[in-house]
Amino acid sequence: MPLSDFQPVIGLEVHAQQLTKSKIFCGCSTEFGAEPNRNTCPVCLGMPGVLPVLNQRVVEFAIRTGLALGCTIKKTSVWSRKNYFYPDLPKGYQITQYDQPICEWGSLTIDTPEGEKTIRIRRIHMEEDAGKSVHDASVGESLVDLNRAGVPLLEIVSEPDLRSADEAVEYLKALRDVLVYLGVNDGNMEEGSFRCDANVSVMRKGETKYGQRVELKNINSFRFIKQAIEYEIARHVEVIESGGKIDQETRLWDTQRGETRSMRSKEEAHDYRYFPEPDLPPLHIPDALIDQVAQGLPELPRPKLQRFMSQYGLPAYDAKLLCAERPLAEFFEACAQHSKDYKKLSNWFQGELARLLNESGGTVGISTLKFTPAQLGELLTAVEKGTISNNAAKDVLGEMFRTGKAPDAIIAEKGLAQVSDTGAVEAVVDEVLAKNAGEVEKYRAGKKQIFGFFVGQVMKAMKGKGNPTLVNELLKKKLGD
Amino acid sequence: MALTDLSMLELAAKLAAGALSSVEATRACLARAAQVDGKVKAFLRLDEKGALAAAEASDARRKAGNPASPLDGVPIGLKDIFLTEGVETTCASRILQGFIPPYDATVVSLLKQAGLPIMGKLNMDEFAMGSSTESSAYGPTHNPWALDRTPGGSSGGSAAAVAAREVFGALGTDTGGSIRQPAALTNLVGLKPTYGRVSRYGVIAFASSLDQVGPMARTVADTAALLQLIARHDPLDSTSAPVEAPDYREDLEGGVRGLKLGVPREYFIDGMDPEVEATVREALRDYERMGATLVEVSLPHTKYALATYYLLAPAEASSNLARYDGVRYGLRAKDAKGLREMYGQTRERGFGAEVKRRIMLGTYALSAGYYDAYYLRAQKVRTLIRQDFSRAFEQVDAILSPTSPVPAFKLGEKADDLLAMYLMDVFTLPCNLAGIPGLSLPCGFTKSNLPIGLQILGKPFDEARMLRIARAFEREHDFTRRLAPV
Repeated sequence: MPLSDFQPVIGLEVHAQQLTKSKIFCGCSTEFGAEPNRNTCPVCLGMPGVLPVLNQRVVEFAIRTGLALGCTIKKTSVWSRKNYFYPDLPKGYQITQYDQPICEWGSLTIDTPEGEKTIRIRRIHMEEDAGKSVHDASVGESLVDLNRAGVPLLEIVSEPDLRSADEAVEYLKALRDVLVYLGVNDGNMEEGSFRCDANVSVMRKGETKYGQRVELKNINSFRFIKQAIEYEIARHVEVIESGGKIDQETRLWDTQRGETRSMRSKEEAHDYRYFPEPDLPPLHIPDALIDQVAQGLPELPRPKLQRFMSQYGLPAYDAKLLCAERPLAEFFEACAQHSKDYKKLSNWFQGELARLLNESGGTVGISTLKFTPAQLGELLTAVEKGTISNNAAKDVLGEMFRTGKAPDAIIAEKGLAQVSDTGAVEAVVDEVLAKNAGEVEKYRAGKKQIFGFFVGQVMKAMKGKGNPTLVNELLKKKLGD
Repeated sequence: MALTDLSMLELAAKLAAGALSSVEATRACLARAAQVDGKVKAFLRLDEKGALAAAEASDARRKAGNPASPLDGVPIGLKDIFLTEGVETTCASRILQGFIPPYDATVVSLLKQAGLPIMGKLNMDEFAMGSSTESSAYGPTHNPWALDRTPGGSSGGSAAAVAAREVFGALGTDTGGSIRQPAALTNLVGLKPTYGRVSRYGVIAFASSLDQVGPMARTVADTAALLQLIARHDPLDSTSAPVEAPDYREDLEGGVRGLKLGVPREYFIDGMDPEVEATVREALRDYERMGATLVEVSLPHTKYALATYYLLAPAEASSNLARYDGVRYGLRAKDAKGLREMYGQTRERGFGAEVKRRIMLGTYALSAGYYDAYYLRAQKVRTLIRQDFSRAFEQVDAILSPTSPVPAFKLGEKADDLLAMYLMDVFTLPCNLAGIPGLSLPCGFTKSNLPIGLQILGKPFDEARMLRIARAFEREHDFTRRLAPV
């Protein structure tokens, strides 16, 4: 029986670091990349006698995320301890939420080849991150960096509603976009601030009972997620086809070998001995806080994309590119106030502006541009009116990008304004035709391909400033076409 | 009368009057400790330099007419469960041997700010698990009233040091009776405040939902004065109550006329020492004579308290003690091969038998498949015990009972009888489960001159009234003026 006779079933657990300035239970910085163990204090080092104090911002971020994903925000949620020993877990337990999380039952809509699909989200809860262990095999030592210990995380758990690796990737991208839009997470998988575990199983098509699931851990890029899930699906099918049984276990994605391997079996699974955290009272959330957070909620990527298509008449492709990042979308909308040919504006965003941003190598971002939306509008209006050519406009934009000077000033300074005065252009055309009587004869005799020669001569005489449309028009007229 | 025989407030008055200096008082304590601590063994370590420096600073403030608090300059001791910056803190465990805390517990900072020289760190049961100080990794403390007997526990070092006049007062902690029982066994006043009244920040956790810090002193007024310095909200402790503390000494002499005092029938049990029962009953009659009304009350779930406590406290402890893993501080089994072996050997060598026993109990109670039957059920019973007290306090202003069913027992006597040891706390631990305040007050002696304690249980945050009730009795008797013979 081939792969296509099986239906994969996938659920994802995402761990997203919150973009708070300080840690969840102490005042230490959450900054990435500091010298090891620099961002620590007695609390996040798990010294004797320390107690956690909840960072209020973490709760607001969780509510924000819950609201954006259509979850119910629980009036009361409870902190729990998850107990296990590991050197990068300073207290020997992680403070998390277990049977009473802050958010429940939301959803996220994704695009699939079959159309839109809604993926249910079972729960979102808050917890603290652990530190990092670095194993140095050469000296047989392990080093522990606790800078990350206590960084606030959101764990977002989907229902097993995903049916392929592509859907899983689509879901993760959509979720990441939402979190980044909300300002809750930076979406950086490489630095580990957006991490994913996948629960994967397969069943024969037509079955309703899910197969035995396996948990895949530690996958840190969209590419690896796709590879790992696809590998795992194929492995399950192979095992089942050869009469075997899938074991409940946790597996790791081995990037080097491109395969998953067993990390621990069901028998070796931890008993985390969860119990309510006695050092923190249950979390009560007043309605006023939920209202306040709801009011500050930005428009989310998907509704924004749909609005870009309807309001600006943009193709889905353009809208998707423009809405990929919130600052980009906002800048586009500001420019759209000054330039009504939205498609053309969109082309400029995807073309010249994207190129300039790229070339800056990250030194300039959309929020640090030197020119204003109104100035970009002026530039495009100048092109539209024929004041400058499209090519000249590219130079002007480059100059605006570098210096922040007004487009008018740049056009004047560089003498880029086109001659669109019919009389002036006609005089030059006449002169060129008179000088090149022989060529005119050939043209009129049917050698139409030399039309470009006349355009070139006129432009040369006008030092490139002739309005090309006008030059073409007049030449054709004079040459008797 | 020796200088060290003064109460905290008597000494404070002399310091205020310039009749004595804090340095003199501190030196007197050091001399007293040098004289008796070889026998009592209350101190795990003395901080002579730190105490004298604090005393000098205090004298300078007093001289400038600028004392930091009413007790500025009065030397005290701390149970070794409180983190003291720069001064080794072990919780009487091998696993923390050599641990020098990088910060002060909130209560330690408060006492330092108030100008009290800290004489050093006092012995206790390891991680506060025990009722006799015999589980200390550094040997037991001896009762100043009878050196072959226990001073009680777990704050036994604190009790013995105050009773032996090596310090004028001390702080202890109480998870199931660890302030009140040793106070009863050494003729002190000991108060476990309402849960949340005093900060737990920087106090090594045993059972987080039960632990509470409190004062131990020789008189009721001293106890009130010491409580005054530490009873306040602490933003570093999320379970600390944002409740303003009253002036605990203001109404101290108010008497008990018109008060209704509850006598729980479940607290006078078979197997109680007859002298203890007789003495406590005599104290109850005294209260009636002083104008209080005695009301029999029932706390029907009392018989489940011990079992409930021995599920919940070990469960929390098993988690709280997970951090002692040899990775960051304290003991590490350096010769171990690999991580698992390092964990195992560090904890094998670092923890004593009682601590291991409770970690095992707690781990079991929280394990998958047992959680509902043990931990969850115990939480439900805890609610019932709390409700017992709420109902009783609808009828009465406070509840009176013996503190300990027996007077100080001989060291080693109960070492092989765990259940008998656990029963030492049978009258004290329901109070921790309910989160209410409890006080132990000297109320008499056995024929062989062993102190007996009366327990006063109060409504949440009603410490001022409990102190007033204690003071009324103290005024009528000389018990708190009697000094241990050591």
